[in-house]
Amino acid sequence: MNHPKRSVRSRLATATAIGAAAIMALTSCGGSGGQEAAQQEFTGEYTGPPVELSYWNGFTGGDGPFMKKMVKEFNAEHENITVKSNTMQWADFYQRLPAAVTAGEGPDVGVMHLDQLATNAARNVIVPVDDLAESLELTADDFSEEVWNAGVYKDARYGIPLDVHSLAMYYNTEHFKKAGIKEAPTDAESFEAALKKLEAAGYETPFWMPAKWPSHLMNLSLLWQNGGDPYNGDEAKATFDSEAGVKALEWQRSMVEKGYSPGDVAIDSQYVAFKNGKTSITWDGIWQINDLKASGLPFEAAPVPTIGSEDAVWANSHNFFLPRQASPDADKTNAAKVFIAWMSENSDEWAGAGMIPARESVRTSGVLDGTFQQPIAERIDTMRFLPAIPGIGAVQAETLEVAVGNAVLGKEEPKNALTEAAKKASTLMEENEAQFGN
Amino acid sequence: MKSTTEVGVLPKERAPQPRVKAGRSVREQGKATPWLFLAPYLVLFIGFVLLPIVFGAWISLHTWDYTMPVHPFVGLDNYIELMQPGSIAFENFWNSMKATGIFTLFSVPLLLTIPLAVALLMAKNFPGRNFFRAVYFAPYVLGVAVVAILWRYLLDSNIGLVNYYLGLLGLPDDIAWTTSTPAAWVALIGVTVWWTLGFNAVIYLAALQDIPAELYEAARMDGANGWNQFIHVTLPGLRPVLIFVTMITLIASANMFGQSYLMTQGGPGRETRTAIYQIAETGLRNFQMGSAAAMSYVLTLFLMVLSIILFWLFREKKESRK
Repeated sequence: MNHPKRSVRSRLATATAIGAAAIMALTSCGGSGGQEAAQQEFTGEYTGPPVELSYWNGFTGGDGPFMKKMVKEFNAEHENITVKSNTMQWADFYQRLPAAVTAGEGPDVGVMHLDQLATNAARNVIVPVDDLAESLELTADDFSEEVWNAGVYKDARYGIPLDVHSLAMYYNTEHFKKAGIKEAPTDAESFEAALKKLEAAGYETPFWMPAKWPSHLMNLSLLWQNGGDPYNGDEAKATFDSEAGVKALEWQRSMVEKGYSPGDVAIDSQYVAFKNGKTSITWDGIWQINDLKASGLPFEAAPVPTIGSEDAVWANSHNFFLPRQASPDADKTNAAKVFIAWMSENSDEWAGAGMIPARESVRTSGVLDGTFQQPIAERIDTMRFLPAIPGIGAVQAETLEVAVGNAVLGKEEPKNALTEAAKKASTLMEENEAQFGN
Repeated sequence: MKSTTEVGVLPKERAPQPRVKAGRSVREQGKATPWLFLAPYLVLFIGFVLLPIVFGAWISLHTWDYTMPVHPFVGLDNYIELMQPGSIAFENFWNSMKATGIFTLFSVPLLLTIPLAVALLMAKNFPGRNFFRAVYFAPYVLGVAVVAILWRYLLDSNIGLVNYYLGLLGLPDDIAWTTSTPAAWVALIGVTVWWTLGFNAVIYLAALQDIPAELYEAARMDGANGWNQFIHVTLPGLRPVLIFVTMITLIASANMFGQSYLMTQGGPGRETRTAIYQIAETGLRNFQMGSAAAMSYVLTLFLMVLSIILFWLFREKKESRK
């Protein structure tokens, strides 16, 4: 009874081999249906026939083993659901997912970053999950408001947050001890005082300023601290060239000019230098915690100091989503929802991956006690997320990231670099708005 | 007339004939045989080369985001945008074309001459010859990711070994190999030469061994010294292979992507972002397939013109000799 269906699929597969291009044309023409998938009544548990779910994610780093463990536990607890993970680099993930979903070969459930939800929602790659949030009785109360609201695009919710992860300040405790620094610096003055002490103690370049990743995340954090906002979604305008942004970038460049950082810090070398004790402080994501732990370096993590006037730090969040299905299968959709619900409830385990569980009930249950990210988790209310604007990630990569890099390298004045980049970004945002509609 | 009616039923109709005359049957069957032998490749060629070429041209006339339900037809707008100074696409694309141009201009001559020198050396008889042949060819077996990441760390301006050793030798040790130009170009071209010279050298070597020894002998009898032999025997003997090596190297250089993607990430700024880098970024990351396809066609056009010029150059020399 299943055979006719299967033969169509196998024929399709053969066709793919002959010409992927032709297939793309076929499927993309008829590819707008399927919103219904997530709209099925969700009962909270799955009692149907055994199903296998394909689950896509990008946990290739120190977080991978913990995700594997959680999936294994889920599979053990659910007899009729088997979750099969497919893990790939995030960069590949965001290229493959739209292609796969468009070709009708997408996964049944997956995890993506918060700032990608709007883009993929606008592209009709993922479907709303409002009913899931409702039936799980998930509300903003159990999450930080910023992260919960950032998952909404055009009045529909597209993601269930698993965690939040922000920038943090890592410092070498041995260096700090030698320099006589008792406490992690918390503002501009104490930060610079610490750098001076480190220099005096013989650590010539205590804080390396990268030109590439995560330099733009540092810039965003500082911009928010200065009271600015990088984008105005309502008017499709980039505003990262405001005074707040310029000041942020000038501070970044000043680290090089004052000699705290060498010039021309190449890709990743600030992190490698930190890991090898060649520099004393680095700002990087909390997802590096496990890697640093494994390196045996004497280090500690603290919140990013407030260089500007208010506490703020860039953050992102891993969110569960449901992809659009070419042929919706109610059983699979329900099973996927059970999976998301279980993962959300059992996210305490995820703290081991160096992340901060998004749910307050999990976060305050003691799972973070004694972890490196605990002091950072306490500042969850100061974490800021990119607004839900479709295509914003690509715009930022083409504009802000280039400008920050050029200014840190001293190739351009911060103000000029940002003004030009913002102009470009605004044009791109207008084009996006025309394409995705508003 | 007869043949046209039989096209579709060739094997059936012709089958009885072979028994009459064996010699003719071979020639008769030959009509379908070449096609049958070609068929496997032809299918691949049509599926992965011809169709995409045609389909790509079609895409380049649309605003084509394959994740969106509609792909509005825009005519030549994608091409016009590329030719319109001031547009974002114009600036990005032509800067990337310039980057590709710089890379090609410097890497092709180096990749033509250095491998030739290596091949001449390796063609000589000396102990350990095979070992050295292997040494020169070895980098070529590495993938671009291995090569690029290896060199990215070696060339790091602050923690890299290259600058460290330069410092030990009393040379400047603060060259920003991956974050400033022109140092980044030196790095990218140097790494590419190191990586691929083995391939060209092997082809040269094979060609060198094909040049008859009698020619050298005759030249020596006529009193030619080593340099004369190289100019009048070796180079003419290499000419057919030289065309091939030049074309291959030119196309490979114009398609450079991995090295700058992994070593410099297109930096500083966008300066080392090559055309293929820009096309991949536009089409695969930003999903603007239409614009990316248009860029590909402009790049193809450039390569075609270059190839024609090259062929013409090589042919000209041949005819003038006659």
